[in-house]
Amino acid sequence: MDVANLVVFLVLLLLAFFAGEWIERRHFKSLRRREQRWRRLPAITLRHIPESWQVEDASLLMGSTVVSVDYFKRFLAGLRFLFGGRVKSYESLLDRARREAVLRLKKAAMDGGYHAVVNVRLETSRMANSRGNEGTAGVEILAFGTGLKLHQRPA
Amino acid sequence: MIISNTEEVPGRKITQFFGVVSGSTVRAKHIGRDFMAGLKNIVGGELKGYTELLHEAREEALERMRQQAQSLGANAVVNVRFSTSSVAQGAAELFAYGTAVVVE
Repeated sequence: MDVANLVVFLVLLLLAFFAGEWIERRHFKSLRRREQRWRRLPAITLRHIPESWQVEDASLLMGSTVVSVDYFKRFLAGLRFLFGGRVKSYESLLDRARREAVLRLKKAAMDGGYHAVVNVRLETSRMANSRGNEGTAGVEILAFGTGLKLHQRPA
Repeated sequence: MIISNTEEVPGRKITQFFGVVSGSTVRAKHIGRDFMAGLKNIVGGELKGYTELLHEAREEALERMRQQAQSLGANAVVNVRFSTSSVAQGAAELFAYGTAVVVE
């Protein structure tokens, strides 16, 4: 292998490792903070609403995010595919993305003045790479549900 | 127009069904966004350009579905679902469908 290529590869790997770690840690911190702040707004996957709720208005709400794994983790995952087993780096990425999508759904509910979100569904889809080579451009997570305005805020 | 992904509009009664209405749009990423996403792919995390692109596209698909429902004389669409598929390299189809109904 060309020495210059090797240097570029190592630099990218290091950059990705430090920047990726830092971004991920910061994101988890922000997720925990916002989840704590909005825990009073229920986002539930049930289809049927409790009978005591008096609904005044209902509307479809969405929250979504497109995420991608960093270069270092992709490299690690590449090694992992030789042996099989858990690919932790992708697990944490998808976990972050799902929680972010649900939080954005909740934010949409907050901003619109809704009191609860019911029938929440999560969808995952892969975006194809435009260069047509292996791998993906990112994974999209969509969270959607029906926001409800209630006569009285649920306890 | 009320849009909901529950089987009925909570708090209202359905009086008339019109059947399936749908809306779709096929979008491609533009090269600037793709370049930025390529850079972002090194450090990982959210690709904001794509998030916005897909969000706009989904809104448009919903708008088309809404128009179709309106032309049928419906005032609500219930049980709305989404589907996303990559039809070609760098392009994705966003599809939204549901049942057009009249509610009280």
